[in-house]
Amino acid sequence: MSDVTLDKAPVAPREETPFRRFVSEFMSSKIAVGGLLVFLVIVVVALLAPWIAPQNPYDLGQIDIMDGRLEPGEVGASGITHWLGTDDQGRDMLSGIMYGLRISLTVGAGSALIACLVGASLGLLAAYAGGRTDTVIMRLVDLQLSFPTILAALMILAFLGKGIMNVVIALVIVEWAYYARTVRGSALVERRREYIEAAQCLALPTRRILFRHLLPNCLPPLIVVGTIQVARAIALEATLSFLGLGVPITEPSLGLLIANGYEYMLSGKYWISFYPGVALLVTIVSINLMGDHLRDVLNPRLKK
Amino acid sequence: MTVYLLRRLLQSLLVLVAMSVIVFVGVYAVGDPVEILISPDADQFERERAIRALGLDLPLWQQYLVFVKNALQGDLGRSFVFSEPALQLILQKMPATMELAFGAMFISILIGLPLGLYAGLKPESPGAKVIMAGSILGFSLPTFWVGLMLIMVFAVQLGWLPSTGRGETLYGWSFLTANGLSHLLLPAINLALFKISLVIRLTRSGVRETMLMDYVKFARAKGLSPARVTYVHVFKNILIPVVTVVGLELGSTIAFSVVTESVFAWPGMGKLIIDSINVLDRPVIVAYLLIIVLMFIVINLVVDILYSVLDPRVRLEGQA
Repeated sequence: MSDVTLDKAPVAPREETPFRRFVSEFMSSKIAVGGLLVFLVIVVVALLAPWIAPQNPYDLGQIDIMDGRLEPGEVGASGITHWLGTDDQGRDMLSGIMYGLRISLTVGAGSALIACLVGASLGLLAAYAGGRTDTVIMRLVDLQLSFPTILAALMILAFLGKGIMNVVIALVIVEWAYYARTVRGSALVERRREYIEAAQCLALPTRRILFRHLLPNCLPPLIVVGTIQVARAIALEATLSFLGLGVPITEPSLGLLIANGYEYMLSGKYWISFYPGVALLVTIVSINLMGDHLRDVLNPRLKK
Repeated sequence: MTVYLLRRLLQSLLVLVAMSVIVFVGVYAVGDPVEILISPDADQFERERAIRALGLDLPLWQQYLVFVKNALQGDLGRSFVFSEPALQLILQKMPATMELAFGAMFISILIGLPLGLYAGLKPESPGAKVIMAGSILGFSLPTFWVGLMLIMVFAVQLGWLPSTGRGETLYGWSFLTANGLSHLLLPAINLALFKISLVIRLTRSGVRETMLMDYVKFARAKGLSPARVTYVHVFKNILIPVVTVVGLELGSTIAFSVVTESVFAWPGMGKLIIDSINVLDRPVIVAYLLIIVLMFIVINLVVDILYSVLDPRVRLEGQA
């Protein structure tokens, strides 16, 4: 990224060109653009859920227990057609999924963002400071990565108990190491470059060098890891909620909706678990498709 | 080599001590240890006796030593729910988990290897593209939802296979009876899904690399049949790395069995820990965490030693 401007005058509009090139390269893959579009639709649906959902599934005045376990397409007592059926409480599944997406996306994206902030800062620090700081941070990363994510998350939630905040904390603790390792890798290369030396000679404060000079040049791999980690965070949250360790019943994410339908599945009432699962799947796959292509676009080794 | 082994052993011990401190702090300091370790049904007298017995009136560092001493003697408390020693409870469930994990690893090789071989030999064929797309799905699908779908299709709709439990066991193993084997099949496939994708990818890239080797070209030039070249010359050479990597995945397979066991009500360690967390059976939680941490440290140690035997560069780097 950094040697892009070497042969140009420093007044060249640097921010414009790489970004535009990045956009056009990203748009070159139909699959990635498809993933992006699907993901945007999901985000819009989640954002607009209170206005576009057929009913508010958590407003007791709008649901009728007599509508419980209606099959997809049946019309309930309140005159609403339940296109995806209803659950055991008589809640419209389509509405439940729209509201569930809000929680799944918030928890997934929120924890990925915090993990990114924590991990990237520690990774930068490790690469820039080196020596003992580097050793300590990287030992922690190794320790974290030597345990499977699900196990570490389980352990943390066993101590902290249920709750959205606790799930976010668990996801952050589980995921920061991926960001730290990625950023350290690219920062180790970047910090030997002349512009860092120049910044040091200007006696700029370390914090400024780290975040204004070093970090922007380590961004591309971070974006790739971040995209894929959002998908992983959403999947892990769903898994934890399915196991009954994640979000509380009052704030059901997709994972909890799927868990609610588990007992009805054995009697053939598949839709209570099936459709939230499809929503979860489409979300994860659309993010992964984008991430996969981003990796190709942002990989400097593939550039000419 | 000896120096490397000693260093690595010392590191493992340090990690073990660190993890025991974390578990200790998690249980004794984050929550109220009296509430965590003593059954809520206990009366005042029992409470005080238990506080003294557990040494909860001592300063924190002394409490840690008591905790370690008890743990080293295999005393990790009694389950509130089953009133059995927690350690014994978990060890009883271990064979079920191991059976599931090994079953899954066996299936992943059984399915993944031929598919990967095909995708590697004919990378441009439509079949190979379907296999590779499938392997991406295998990486992205959440295990628990696939498990539910397997139950829905094979147990509920088709009625071919049972959905829950271990079925009949012989000497404590399900795979020795036909009924037990039919119970094992779905959960094992579910747990194997991720590994199948992994094996497909490893095999495919292995085949593509091996096909370019001189000894393969030579075998062809000798006039050997394509089948013989593929199954003897290529296959033998990709088998070792694939089996090694799958073996190294044992740890994560055991960890992910937590999810599969819950979906299929498979009575292993994973189901036990989830149930224990849900009813706050804390001695079992502590015992499980310590056992699984120990298991992982041992697995990681063995993996590192294996790697250093297989790849001398690792060993040299460690000494530098």
